Amino acid sequence: MQLTTLLLILAAMAVMSFMVGRQRAIGTAGGYRQIKTLHSLPKYYGYYAAIWCGIPGLILIAFWLAIADSVILDRVIESLPADLRNLPESQLSLVINDIKNIAVGQFASPDSRAELVVAADLYTALHSSARRILSGLVILLGMIGLGIAWLRLRPELRARNHVEGMVKLGLVLASTLAIFTTVGILASVLFEAVRFFQKVPVTDFLFGLTWSPQTALRADQVGSSGSFGAVPLFTGTLLISFIAMLVATPIGLMTAVYLSEYATRRVRTWVKPALEILAGVPTVVYGYFAALTVAPLLGDIGEFLGLEVASESALGAGLVMGIMIIPFVSSLSDDVINAVPQAMRDGSYALGATQSETIKKVVLPAALPGIVGSTLLAVSRAIGETMIVVMAAGLAANLTANPLQAVTTVTVQIVTLLVGDQEFDSAKTLAAFALGLVLFIVTLGLNVLALQIVRRYREQYE
Amino acid sequence: MAVEAVRQDITEELGRTDNKVDLPSMSELASYVADQDTESGSEADSPTVGDYTAADPVMTVRDCNVFYGDTHALIDVNLDIGRNEVVALIGPSGCGKSTFIRCLNRMNDTIDIARVTGDLRLYGDDINARKTDVVLLRARVGMVFQKPNPFPKSVYENVAYGPRLHGLASNRAELDEIVQTSLERAGLWDEVKDRLEEPGTGLSGGQQQRLCIARTIAVSPEVILMDEPCSALDPIATARIEDLIDELSQNYAIAIVTHSMQQAARVSQRTAYFHLGRVIEVDTTDKVFTNPGHKLTEDYVTGRFG
Ligand SMILES: Nc1ncnc2c1ncn2[C@@H]1O[C@H](COP(=O)(O)OP(=O)(O)OP(=O)(O)O)[C@@H](O)[C@H]1O
Ligand SMILES: [Mg+2]
Repeated sequence: MQLTTLLLILAAMAVMSFMVGRQRAIGTAGGYRQIKTLHSLPKYYGYYAAIWCGIPGLILIAFWLAIADSVILDRVIESLPADLRNLPESQLSLVINDIKNIAVGQFASPDSRAELVVAADLYTALHSSARRILSGLVILLGMIGLGIAWLRLRPELRARNHVEGMVKLGLVLASTLAIFTTVGILASVLFEAVRFFQKVPVTDFLFGLTWSPQTALRADQVGSSGSFGAVPLFTGTLLISFIAMLVATPIGLMTAVYLSEYATRRVRTWVKPALEILAGVPTVVYGYFAALTVAPLLGDIGEFLGLEVASESALGAGLVMGIMIIPFVSSLSDDVINAVPQAMRDGSYALGATQSETIKKVVLPAALPGIVGSTLLAVSRAIGETMIVVMAAGLAANLTANPLQAVTTVTVQIVTLLVGDQEFDSAKTLAAFALGLVLFIVTLGLNVLALQIVRRYREQYE
Repeated sequence: MAVEAVRQDITEELGRTDNKVDLPSMSELASYVADQDTESGSEADSPTVGDYTAADPVMTVRDCNVFYGDTHALIDVNLDIGRNEVVALIGPSGCGKSTFIRCLNRMNDTIDIARVTGDLRLYGDDINARKTDVVLLRARVGMVFQKPNPFPKSVYENVAYGPRLHGLASNRAELDEIVQTSLERAGLWDEVKDRLEEPGTGLSGGQQQRLCIARTIAVSPEVILMDEPCSALDPIATARIEDLIDELSQNYAIAIVTHSMQQAARVSQRTAYFHLGRVIEVDTTDKVFTNPGHKLTEDYVTGRFG
């Protein structure tokens, strides 16, 4: 039986249980007019029955999905002849792949051995019998569950509270899912990064000044053993982020001040959505803009001034990234500035300060911690930004502070390392995970710090 | 005259006798109000009881009206504030006391929907004129708020804020001098002289309010407006501020809004009673509290409502 069919059957059983439970509740109460003698509304008894019927089966299915395949594979491997069974792990996994492919009838490669075909048959047989057993168990569990619910169902049963508990459990599961995913991502990145650091020492990676990740494809190749000094990537990332913040911080802040202090309500209703549109432009579009509009423009200006501007300069990428971040800075700062109490402004006005004096001397200093926090959040955005730099910053890992030259960033290198056919255990590919880990740690640190600052600031005025 | 105002008047009258009586409907009231408004000399137009002028006026207000959008918050208000005197503004909540004093230094400008008309003068200068320099006006007419609102800066910087803005000190020594005298006159110097660099927000509520007063007098205003300056303070801090007001009145004209009859009696020479946007009665504080000329004033000061 297919899994989808099984799930449908289970759902149908749950619906049926709902109706049975509801009906039974009304029955025990002694008719529809007597339902006020029940502890809960009849529908809660229905849900109660449906939960008893459906949930155990669902749990069983989830459990089966998690372990069945590996258990079955173990059995299949045991059945293989000794020479295959004792292969090293990497080759064994190839054999297993072959078996699976044969099992689904994809291709029986002509040189595959007869044992593999036998194993594939075993694999199929085990799977189908396992699924039969599963189906039987799930349906049985559903019926047992309904039976239990039926027996327990009494007018004084607190069905409503039980249902409440299940709802809460569901919500908790949903919210922990996001956390577990984050942890999972971190773990996988960490795992691969550790493998990288077994090949390349951490210190070489963190402090090396040369980045050229071309490793030899064949053992007899010479001259490209790969060099994984990530410093040029870090400086490139910092340079571009710095230029971006140089653009975004003043413009974003001034926008926020204008919007929160000067703008009339009419202006605000137009400008705020416009800024949100800016925030909603896909970054790949900013990428075109950087590569096709800004970069040539900078080149022309550079030529005019007698400066040499690389076609993929840090300046171009930084400028466009700055524009992308403006709405981010402005909307966060706007919130922070609005949180400064009006009484503070009134105090300043009452002493004869003008509006700009009040903003400069009272509002901004009072909002400063929050503004710093929001700027840090924007920095972490800039560091993690990928698409603009992929399109507009170069690939050359130059160690330079000159914004007119091409530099490359951590994110760009991760993309180039992983795009295309890759061997997943070469140092070159694993380097991407090490870079990802650094990126993750830095942005996480920045975010935590920024949120901490913003929160502390909020408390001050509550 | 607002229909609601009449209705509320009646409610208040009834509240004291028998509130089981059916009130006339809004439409009945509206026709009644229309009649009243056409009659000359009706109660609506009746002049303020008592004498609203001062012998030696610093500020004069004539026919002041304030609108918040469609709400008529102040109606034909006349009132003077004399030199070296404390005027107490009393009246039930929402009667327009804050609105009134905010007219005197144009703080109502900060409210978009507020519109002020009338003839308001500070030593003959038109306060409300379009060409009036609001910034200068506010330096001449200082204001202390209900809730202490020191800036999140050091005690020193709080007091130095105004003098710095207006360039009152040409060097650090002069500024130090201004800060010290202001704090001394606000009666705060002894308590903070060793913690001038600590944040002003770290002081106690009463100290903060005195800091705000010091901040206000540091720019040497001619008038000080105080909007319930003691409502957030305990009795001891209140007493200190009251002493301070007494002292300050030797140099400044002061208008103080208060909800405490005792406080008005203690600190002020004249008292104005506000009711539903009008000044009902102005007279010497003594007279207002012992022998009020208007029924509403009497009801209020004897604590029958408000
Ligand atoms: N910013 C504003 N917008 C609209 N209406 C306002 C505003 N400020 C005050 N009002 C209205 O004006 C009237 C007078 O208010 P005001 O604050 O002057 O009263 P008050 O006498 O100071 O009262 P309280 O003793 O409670 O401080 C009230 O009806 C109030 O609702
Ligand atoms: Mg008030």
